[in-house]
Order: sequence, then structure tokens, then C-alpha cells
Amino acid sequence: MGDVAAWQRAEAAARGSYGKLVAFLAARTHDVAGAEDALAEAFATALAQWPAEGVPHNPEAWLLTVARRRMMDAVRRRIHDGAASEYFLLVEELARDDEAPELPDRRLELLFACAHPGIDAAARAPLMLQTVLGFDAGAIASAFLVAPATMGQRLVRAKTKIRQAGIPFNVPGRADLPERLDAVLAAIYAAYAEGWVDAEGADARRRNLAEEAIWLGRLLAQLMPEEAEALGLLALMLHAHARRAARRDAAGEYVPLGWQDTALWDHALIDEAEELLKRASRLAAAGRYQLEAAVQSAHAVRRHGGAVPWPAIVQLYEALQAITNSPVAALNRAVALSHVDGAAAALAALPQDARLADYQPFWAARADLLARSGNREAALAAYERAIGLESDAAVRRFLQQRAAAA
Amino acid sequence: MEYMLLIHADPAGFASMPEAARNQALAAYGAYTDALNKAEVLRSSNRLRPADTATNVKVREGKTEVHNGPFIETREQLGGYYLIDVPDLDAALKWAARCPGASHGTVEVRPVWEM
Repeated sequence: MGDVAAWQRAEAAARGSYGKLVAFLAARTHDVAGAEDALAEAFATALAQWPAEGVPHNPEAWLLTVARRRMMDAVRRRIHDGAASEYFLLVEELARDDEAPELPDRRLELLFACAHPGIDAAARAPLMLQTVLGFDAGAIASAFLVAPATMGQRLVRAKTKIRQAGIPFNVPGRADLPERLDAVLAAIYAAYAEGWVDAEGADARRRNLAEEAIWLGRLLAQLMPEEAEALGLLALMLHAHARRAARRDAAGEYVPLGWQDTALWDHALIDEAEELLKRASRLAAAGRYQLEAAVQSAHAVRRHGGAVPWPAIVQLYEALQAITNSPVAALNRAVALSHVDGAAAALAALPQDARLADYQPFWAARADLLARSGNREAALAAYERAIGLESDAAVRRFLQQRAAAA
Repeated sequence: MEYMLLIHADPAGFASMPEAARNQALAAYGAYTDALNKAEVLRSSNRLRPADTATNVKVREGKTEVHNGPFIETREQLGGYYLIDVPDLDAALKWAARCPGASHGTVEVRPVWEM
């Protein structure tokens, strides 16, 4: 029984403290891999000792002390490769605040280091998941559908870059902040989108990824409560996540947003998202994530029996298009417009953009608009393209049914 | 930490500039070097002659082989460098962005392997 309690305490400490411990241990030396290794040893020691000797009064401080000693040992072993300054830093720290009452939270700095422009963009989200949440490379690889060896290498390279290129652990100054924060937000959103792809929730690891991304989003929103876009991103993810149970019917068939049973939406998550969006708008710094969350919020009025405010959605997509110059925003604007001014107006507003040539939703939207305008032949051709581009079998079946009904 | 800022640029662009523009570009490098000196971060810097003045040497099986020409044939060539000492990569990137070479070519920032 003692074992189970010790395990649980260690697990709880791991979850809550892992990122804080990595961030703190790596902040000065820039040695993320070294910090992780030392922590792994500290956790192993904890699991060996706590069941017999009891859980220490402050598990976090205990883990920090043990990990720091391990790190010192490791540095001492390779002191010949120019690590003397690191060693003295660690000795200094160890001597000074072994009994420090509270661990300074440097996770925000760690997130910025992980999303530094000098880090391969494909490695940023995985690096965050590993360093802040303690995921192993194998779990991250399967969540991102990448071979474990490839992911392992990517992570090692990124950590080596942080260490050898001297990527700093700090929150960028005002001048650089917007761009650098964008990279942090984009990495978190990329992790969310990866998890979202698995709509059926068949793969628990991928579904989990969406939840871990939300965890990171919550962390960021908590660490930067004055950054409107950090709140906006969290609101966007919560809105989308609130609908996960409604995206498929009992038979596993795809249900488009407009047809979803609102009783299946997670209303607590939607309430939280709405509150975040309100807080964000008071900060008066609009941005793409807030606009996208606002679109989600507009769709959410259906849960109280309201009609979707399409003219407002058209305007939101116009603003989004102005900020991002994204053809997807233009496409979504055209689709929203079809609910205001009809299918013909929407067809005329469909963007002509080469970047959409292989984008399934473009062809599905075009097919739907053509069918609604009575151009059945062209609609069928567009449906065929859309079906050919879709990898999800349930969505393919849905498109086939639409084509048959056109 | 020490960083080497390596300036990669197309020498043809510089050669084809009118003289006034060329002098202006050189003056910009002069001002940049002054700024690095003033901030006390400059270790050393040099401008290199074009890559067609290069000669390559290698020793294989005890024999020294000498060849004419640049080591790698590319349009953009290594044209010069600054060796600076700053706290971290972000500081180095800020200096790299101020380098005139970043405007007409690319500045590669490489950390120096500390011995």
C-alpha cells in the first residue's frame, strides 16, 4: 500500500513539477538533455526510497536536490570538455539554495527556448511535450505519426542546438515578443491539430495529444494572462474540443458542425472558452486565434437554441483574411457568405488560389455551392476531387452521400 | 559565448554596383564595425578576396595536392566574417541582423567550439 501511495505521490510530482524542474535545471546551463537525465535518476531514486522512508515533506525540493547532484556528477565526469564554468554554476546553486522554499517557475522561458526560431519548426511542439510534460520520444513519435528513431533524432538535435548554439532561456523583450510568442502558440496549436486529426478517437495517444496541447495552452495562458492571443488560442482549442463527442454519430459516421447534436457538446469547456475570449477582448489586442475562437463562439449560440449569426461570421473571416492573408480564411468567408447572400454570391467569392488545389474542404465547399446553384455536373466533378483528397473514411462516405444527393 | 558571423553574398552584385553605391556599402560596414567595437563585443573581423582567388590544399597519402579555385562553386560566397563575444544566441542574432551583409546576402551565425 505504501508503494502505491509513493508511486502516486511521485507521479503527481512528476506531472506537476516535471517541466518546472527541467526548466530550472536547464535554464543556466542550457543543457536540457542533461537536466532530463538527472531528473529521470531522481525519480528512480524517489521510487526506491519513498516507499520505505516515507514521502518527503516537499517532494519537489527533494527531487530538485537529488537531480542537481546527479547533474553535478555528470558534469564532473566530462569536465574536460570545457564544462568547468557549468560545474561551478551548479556547485554555487547547490550550495546556495538547497533548502529554497519554492522552486522558481521558469517553464515560460523553457517554452520560448523550445519554440526559438533557431529550432527546426517540426521539432518545436515535440520538444515542448518532452521537456515540459516529460513524454518519452517513443510516445511523441507515435502521436505525431513519425518513426521513433526519427523523432528521437529530431529531439536530440534540437537539444544539442539549444546547448551548443546558446539559445537563451528568457522571455523575449517587447520588440521581439509578438513574433516569438507566435511561434510558441503555433507549436501548441500544431500539437492540438495533430491530436484532432484522429476524429474517431481510435488512437488513444493521438487523442491524448489534443488534451496535452490544451494543458500547454492552459499553462501559457496562466503564465501570460495579459497576452490576448494566448487566451485566444486556449479558447479556440477548448471550443473545438468541447465538440469532440458530437463529431461522429453512434454508427461512427461524420457529422458536420451545423448538424451536430448540441446536447453532446461539453458545456463546461464552452463556458470556459467564452470566459477566456471575454478576458482576451478586454485586452484590446486582436489576433488570429481570438478571431478563430470568436467564429467558434458564434457557432456555439446554437446550444441555447439561437440561430448562427452568419453575417458576423463573414466579418470575422474578413478580419482573419486581412491579418493572415490565408486562402483558407477566404474560403471560409465564402462559405459563410452562402448563408447570407446565397450560393451564387458565395461561388463568385470563392478564392482562386493555387494553395487550395489540394485542399479537400475547398472542393467540398465548391461542390456544395455548385449543387445548390443547380449545376449538378460541375458539382459531381468537384465532389470527386474532394473525395480523392480525403484520407478519413467517414468523411469520404459523407461526401459520397452528398454527391449522390446532389 | 563566441559566435562567428559568416557573410555569404553574391560578389557579382557588389562588383556591378555604381561606385557611389559601392562606397556607401563599404561605409555601412565601417559603421557596423565601429558599433561592434563600441559595444566591446568584437574579437576580430576581416573581408575576404573573392573566391576565384582561392587555392585549395589537401594532403593524401603523404602527397600535397594544390588546386586552383573555390572549394565550393556557389553563387553566394563567403565574403567576410566577424567574430563576436556576446551572452547568447539572441544577442548574436541581433548583431547579425544589423550587419550590412544581412541586407544584400545572408549572415550565418555559428557558435565557436570552446576549447
